[in-house]
This record gives sequence, C-alpha cells and structure tokens, in this order.
Amino acid sequence: MATAPVVNRRDFLKRGAAGGAALIVGFHLAPRAFADQAKDQEEKTPNPFDAWVRITPDDRVTLVLGKSEMGQGVFTALPMILAEELSLDWKQVHVEQAPTNPKIYDLGTGGSGSVAGSWLPLRQAGAAAREMLIAAAAKRWEVGTDTCKAKNGFVVHGHPERSLRYGELVVDAAKLPVPNLNKVPLKNADDFTIVGRDTHRLDTALKSTGKAQFGIDSRAPGMLYAVIARCPVFEGKVASFDAGKARAVAGVRDVFEIKTSGRGASTTGGVAVLADNSWAAIQGRKALEVKWEEGAAANESSEKLRSQFLANASKPGGVLRSEGDADAVLRAASKKLEAIYELPFAAHVCMEPMNCTVHIRPDRAEAWVPSQGPQWAQAVIAEAAKLPPERVTVHTTLMGGGFGRRYQADFVMEAAEVAKISGKPVMVLWTREDDMQHDFYRPASYHRLEGALDGEGKLAAWKHFQTSTSIAAKWSQKGADDPGLGEFGTGATLPYLTPNIRIEYTLAHSSAPRAWWRSVEHSSSGFVVESFVDELARAAGQDPLEFRLKLIGEARRIPQFGEGREDYHPLDTSRLKAVLQLAAEKAGWDKPLAKGQGRGIAAFYSFLSYAAAVAEVSARSSAFKVNRIVCAVDCGRAVNPNGVRAQVESAAIYALTATVKDAITVDRGRVVQANFNDYAMIRMNEAPPIEVYLVPSTEAPTGIGEPTVPVIAPAICNAIFSATGKRVRRLPIRSEDLA
Amino acid sequence: MAISFTLNGKSQSVDVSPDMPLLWVLRDTLEMTGTKFGCGMALCGACTVHINGQATRSCITPISSVAGKKVTTIEGLSADGSHPVQKAWMEEDVPQCGYCQSGQIMSAVALLTKKPNPTDADIDDAMSGNICRCGTYQRIRKAIHRAASEMAGKAHSAA
Repeated sequence: MATAPVVNRRDFLKRGAAGGAALIVGFHLAPRAFADQAKDQEEKTPNPFDAWVRITPDDRVTLVLGKSEMGQGVFTALPMILAEELSLDWKQVHVEQAPTNPKIYDLGTGGSGSVAGSWLPLRQAGAAAREMLIAAAAKRWEVGTDTCKAKNGFVVHGHPERSLRYGELVVDAAKLPVPNLNKVPLKNADDFTIVGRDTHRLDTALKSTGKAQFGIDSRAPGMLYAVIARCPVFEGKVASFDAGKARAVAGVRDVFEIKTSGRGASTTGGVAVLADNSWAAIQGRKALEVKWEEGAAANESSEKLRSQFLANASKPGGVLRSEGDADAVLRAASKKLEAIYELPFAAHVCMEPMNCTVHIRPDRAEAWVPSQGPQWAQAVIAEAAKLPPERVTVHTTLMGGGFGRRYQADFVMEAAEVAKISGKPVMVLWTREDDMQHDFYRPASYHRLEGALDGEGKLAAWKHFQTSTSIAAKWSQKGADDPGLGEFGTGATLPYLTPNIRIEYTLAHSSAPRAWWRSVEHSSSGFVVESFVDELARAAGQDPLEFRLKLIGEARRIPQFGEGREDYHPLDTSRLKAVLQLAAEKAGWDKPLAKGQGRGIAAFYSFLSYAAAVAEVSARSSAFKVNRIVCAVDCGRAVNPNGVRAQVESAAIYALTATVKDAITVDRGRVVQANFNDYAMIRMNEAPPIEVYLVPSTEAPTGIGEPTVPVIAPAICNAIFSATGKRVRRLPIRSEDLA
Repeated sequence: MAISFTLNGKSQSVDVSPDMPLLWVLRDTLEMTGTKFGCGMALCGACTVHINGQATRSCITPISSVAGKKVTTIEGLSADGSHPVQKAWMEEDVPQCGYCQSGQIMSAVALLTKKPNPTDADIDDAMSGNICRCGTYQRIRKAIHRAASEMAGKAHSAA
C-alpha cells in the first residue's frame, strides 16, 4: 500500500503504552456545523477521541484522524493547523487515516466542515503536546518552563541557545499529564508561520505517479469482482432471472440475487455476477437474463413531475416564513415582478465510480471503502454480517471524488450482501452507467418568485414559493411531513432588506433517490435568489451591484432563519458586501465590454462562508461562451490559501457543468442519461480562466469546498442578460432560451 | 492463448480472453492500478496509456490488438516521479482527488512529445478527451506550459 499504513486504535494504544516510546495526545474532531449534535453524543460517550497526535523518538509526527480525503485537501490543511501550534518543521508531518471505531461518534466528512470543525481541536491538541514537550525539556535542564520555547521541532533555551529534539523528549513528555485542552495557551496568530502560507499538498506525488490507492484499487488475495444488474426503474424488483448464459462467460464464478432495503438503500438489490476480473463480470452481466417487476414508479417521468410542479404552484404552499404582509403589498404594488425558475435533478459523477470491497468471515469482517461516512459503512456491514460493529474493520481509502455522493452507504450495503453470500473477498464495482443511473440526485425544483418595489426602488415585498422533490422527504421517517425549510438554505435567510417576506413550500412526489449534492439546497437557492434580485435591480433601473449593496444595507448580523437561535452563525452583511465589492473590483465591474458581451454578478452565504462571482460572457442568439469567472471568497482565515483557491476553482467548474451542460431526466421511471456522451462534463477546451481572490480575515476558518457553487449559475445567467437582454430562468441553459 | 507485448520496457505475456480490454488486463490481471476506469467508452480519458508512443484509451483497446506493441503506463513514466510532467504537476499542485490524473499526465506527455512547445489551442486539442470532475483544468494548462519550458531548458543545455 502506498497510502499511510492504517493501525487500529487498540494496537496503537498498546504500542504507545508498552513501548512508552511515543507522546500521544488524543482529541475529538467535530465539524462545527454539527457541534450541538456532537456535544450530545460526547456526553453519552465519555472521553471520546477520533484523532490523535503521535510523536516518536525518530522525530516523526503523525496526525491520525478520522477524516476522508476526496480531493478537498484535508490531509494537508489539517496537519498544517497541528504543525503550527506544535511548532514543527513541516517536513516532520505525516497523516494517517484513523480506523473506524463504533464507540466514537464519527460525523464523517462533508458539509464543508472539516477545517472549520477541526480548527480549534487541532490547535488545542498541538498546543497541549507542545506544552508537554516544553515541560519535559525544562525538567531535564532544571529551568523554568517559561524560559523555554518550541521552535521547528526543537525545544530551545538560553543564550547561547541549547536545544533538544522533540524525539529526544517524547519518553519524558509522555509521563506528564495532558494539560486541560480548553485552557492550554494557543499561539498568537501574528506568530503563525505555517497557517496562512501557500503550501503544497502532501498527496500530490502519490497522485502524479499512479501510486495513490483509491477504493477501486483495493486488492485482496483470492478476491472476486462483481457487478450487479439492478432494475432500471426506481424501486423496481427482480421478478426472475436465468443465469445460464452469464455463467457460460469465461471467468464468471457465480451469479445470485441480493436484496437491499431500508434507510440508505438506493435500489432493492439485484442480481450479482461475480468473476475473476471486472471485465468478465461486466460481460457476464450483459449475458444475464433478468425479468423485472418494474412497479408503480415506471409511470414517472420528468414531464409528469413538471405537471406536478405546475399543479402544486397553482395552490398556496405551506407557509415557512411570513413577516409583514407580502401578499397584500404585492397586490397593491405598482411595480412588481414575477418569475418562474426551474432546476433539474443533478448527478454527482465522481470520476471514480462507486465501489466497495468486503470480506466477511464467520467471526469478523474487513472492508475497503471509499467513504465520506465510514462509520455508517461499518454499521451497514455489521448488520449484513450479523457481527458486532467492532468486529468489522473498515479501511477508509482515498476517494476519486465525493461531492456528497460518498456519504451514502448503498454501495456498501450491496458489497456486504454479495460478500456475505460469496464468503470470499469481493469488490462490487459500479460501471459509469450504474453510477449515473443509480445516484442520489440533487432534487429537481420549481420556484415562483414575486417582488414589489416601492417608489424609491427599495424592496417592498419578497415572496418565494418552491415545490421540489425534497431530500428530507426521502430520508425522514415521516416522509411526506417534510415542511421544506431544508430546501431553501440561505434562500430563507434573505440578506436583502424587506419589511414583507413570505416563503412557501409544497412537496412534490418522486421515487428518484435524492440527497446531498455539492452545496445541497444552496445550489438551487443561490441561482433563484441571485437571479431574481438581478431582475429586480433591472426593473428598478439600477446597477445590479449597487442595488444589492443598497438592499443588504447597514452592517448587521442576520440570524439564520429556521435555526431557532439568534447566535447560530448569523449572516454578517458586511462580509457579504465585502465579497461583492472585491469580486466587482477585480473583475473591473465598471469597465465597458465589447458589444455582445456582458457581466453578471452574484453573492451567497453558505457553509458559514461568503462567496461572490462575476462572470463575463459573449452571447448572441442561440449561443454563448463563458470567457472569465472572477471569484471572491471570505472563508475566515485561509489555512492553506493554495488549497482554498483550488477548491474555489473546482467548485466553479463543478457548477459550470450543471449550468451549461445536461440535466438528469426521468422517463418510464428510469434515468435517461447513462454516460459522458449524454451527461457531459466541462472539458479543457470549455474551461474559462478562473480568478480567485480571498478576503483577508482573522475570523476562524469556515467552509470552502461548496460555497462557490451557488454563485456561478446566477452570475452566468445575469451576464447573459447583460449581453443579450434575455433572462434565463431554467438550468441547464438551453440554446432555445437565448433565442 | 498467451499474448505478448512490452510493458514499461519489459516483456510481458498474459493469458486472457483476446477481447479483454488492456485496461482490465493492467488493473485486474497484472494488478497495476495506476491506470483508471472512468467510463468504459473512451469518453473520459482516465484510462489513457501510450501504445507505441500514442495516447490511447485502454478501456476500449482489446488486448489482442496490443500484441507485439510497446505499452507505457503511468507506472512506467519514471521510477520516482521525476518526469518533467510529473514534476510540473507537483509544482502547480494539479491533483485534487487525483483519480483522473494518471490519464491527464499520459495525455500531456504524448502532447509534449509531438509538440514540445504547445499553444493553448494545442492543449485544448490534446487534453479535451480527459475529464477532470474536480475542475483542475487551469492548473493542468499551467503545468503543461511549465513542463514544456523545463524540457526545453534541458534540451537546450544538452545541445
């Protein structure tokens, strides 16, 4: 294995304790966004930790942590935080993936929460280890701890300076009590030398040489490769199958049916074809004859879903927020605007298709899982194998993309069922078609926005009706009771001043699995809100930037609507304004463009961060091109600015694909698109230059993997309007919408 | 029936179904997993290798068609990641998830072999068959230019 070796916690502690030759500080990482949840759990689980620092006599410092690396760079940014407080030479730092421990509440990796949530715990752990090393050195030199300091992997003292390597101190330091993490002194930010510095990723060499091991690269002695024939219709079942022709394919070893069900299953199971290699399994599946019981979902289609949306929109929705009397103001307004916006299902499309390798023995199980939520994976395998979770060893592998898709355990469930029946180590491999047609999609949604402007061009009323196939309805036990607030995100916490606001929601039914797609509900809310504000600005005859700045108004902190807590990470209007102004300034907002070109702007608050984008397009009837995207973000202190820029570039391209490429559509209860020919991705020749500017900040770090996604589509559509006068109100942009 | 070819400079013989694509021979039979599966239809470029120096999608290349030819994979590019393209990838911090990057690098090396000083249009032409879902295109472009000047410098000093 080229990735760092994985040790389990018990071995690790034993090794540490028996040899005594390591300083270990354990602590708990909890994404800040889920802090309350984590606190509840912490009270139930005394002394939990899912991360620890190990310093060994060879001066090697290892950060072992329960976070998944899917490209977002946590295996670089997180050790940077530790190295800063521990005053390390960056070259000493190594990262290991923590094993999954069912006794520790593992929140997984998502919600743009890793750096935000780990910032304080990592600083505290680093500072605690530093203080212990200093205390050990002071004791040896028989001097006061206040006369010693940590520097580049050494504790130093006096003039002329004498020094001891950390490695020389670990045995003594390990005998000292761990300081109270909440009281340990943290470094002054002015003294930071690692945090805030552009830093190369630690995993680039592995990923430039083919040595990085992804889930799909897992190999176990005697393993088989399996593909599964699943009913193409949502929720459809196997009626019967004939394995004769499949078994006749060279290399095919076994064919049997598996069933999956319950929370987290994407299908009802299917027929697994196991073979000596992936190719034989794929060929075997082609030869397999299956009759499907398609079920009721076979009547579903995108057209019918749209009819449902239209029917829902003809009636009032459930009221989620109502202040003042938006309806009355809208009725009486002399200047009002109404617009319909539509967004389709969207697929995640990780470059590494879903896969999972599991080996179930009578008394234990082992699995290699590319997962954002390995603890759920462990629980799923344990349940299938009828083993206690602690008998299931889960190796979290590197991931060829996650984007929320790999939070799911549907592919793990399948692999566990196949492995249980087979008894051999088995990789369940999804082909691209499987991956695209059995995703958990970003919900499809339909929005009606209404706004009224008063005589001064101020926003007199705002009304947002949405109907969608919500995520919560897919996941909640009660299903249809979902009130829909989760589908609005910051769209319900409107930063634009208005005395009359009304937000309504109606659930639409769909059998398509839905879940968290990069930036989740903000991806639709950002498009809708930032497009409509632009429409209002034009209707008011104002510059879209000036209009926004005016409507955002004075500096204040707006509580996140629906959180029920005033102090729940309120939206800071001055930070929102700052990203708008920075993006506009860097883009040259006031500079004239050639005829046929246009600029559009958008800004949005999500994952506790502020993002703005200015897009420049060339557009004429039936065709357009994005020439340039300028992004400004405020994600608090940027731990690794190089990594932050990479995430913004990445989110911009991800969102651009959803803006200008294809929709996931449903026909006869099945997803129509299957591969990159009909669900296309932005490629090199279509990727515009992306400029990224960071607002300097001393605030604690916040999310960066997702917050740029919501601003890209509205910036582009607003730019198209600027260039052509055509308002695009549905995604993806179609050439007929420009005509 | 055994099929023989040269793999990363060494002779290699495999006894597999002749229609099995080179991709799966590499990954499953030979357990060389640096070459990736992305689409199975030559649409994404994740499986790109060189066959007689040409960038080729291994997912649709039957092993029988490789007999007697020279195959180079990401593992064969350099023993230690020292190829100028790999070094440029590291300097520009190109990879994010990294899954597509073996294919990207193999396409870039093939491009630079043909066009040592590629224009942006050359890069568009040669690289648009390789999808990167993390959107690292701008860094790939910079890294190719960087590798080109690095290689030109070397060529110059060697001359």
